[in-house]
Amino acid sequence: MKTKIVLFIVAFIVWLGLTWSVELLSLIVGVGVAILVAFLTSDMFTPLRNKTGFVSKVPEFKQPVRYLWFLYYIPVFLWECLKANFDVAYRVGHPDLPINPGIVKVKTQLKTELALTFLANSITLTPGTLSVDVDKEKGYLYVHWINVKDKGVEGATRIVVEKFEKILRRIFE
Amino acid sequence: MNEIIGYIFIVAGVVFDFFGCLGLVRFPDLYNRLQAATKCVTIGTCGIMFGVFIITGLSPSGIKALLIILFLILTAPTAAHALARGAHKSGVKLWEKSICDKYEEDAD
Repeated sequence: MKTKIVLFIVAFIVWLGLTWSVELLSLIVGVGVAILVAFLTSDMFTPLRNKTGFVSKVPEFKQPVRYLWFLYYIPVFLWECLKANFDVAYRVGHPDLPINPGIVKVKTQLKTELALTFLANSITLTPGTLSVDVDKEKGYLYVHWINVKDKGVEGATRIVVEKFEKILRRIFE
Repeated sequence: MNEIIGYIFIVAGVVFDFFGCLGLVRFPDLYNRLQAATKCVTIGTCGIMFGVFIITGLSPSGIKALLIILFLILTAPTAAHALARGAHKSGVKLWEKSICDKYEEDAD
């Protein structure tokens, strides 16, 4: 029930942002849509027990330090993202197409699903790397790298993962 | 003034989008093409949307543009990840000059 109420509030805020009007009719429709969304999707957000008995941990959301680290994470991420774009644009524009691709394996210490999702998405949006698959039990990520600098697990981990992992661990774990 | 800054963002976004599409044509295999498609097209479209937000300000279309940026940053990498994994599982090979494929080695 708690999940449904939170979802209802979030959906209603998104609705208000999308319509950006306070007319009575649009508010009534918004309440209806938000209730529908909350009921249809609440199953996806409750921590379910899966076949192996693993319960996804819900991180502490009440520590303010986590939000400060998240604020620090945003500019770091945007800067990396911008560098990634200039890098790919350079490779695309270069007449010889200087690419050196391959799929490497990197190790991660992160355990919770939310943290892994953020890590995989950050890897995808940063210089020349694209996460392909994750092995959650052993803590490995498979990453397609447009310019492989190090084929080994440790070297690739140092270059690809470490800068995000330090921050993400402080936010989510 | 706002208009000039907004147009700078929009032009930069269009340039990045162009490079992303050029990459789709020039890169040799699916995985490299995904690299170009996710990075350049994501930041390019975000740039265009941010430019729209700066020009229109806190209006209905400006807020919608900001929400689009949020959804795009969350969904584009997820879609790319699903495409890459699905392609690899169904046997799409890497470019023949690729250095290594650890995913293939660990698949068994």
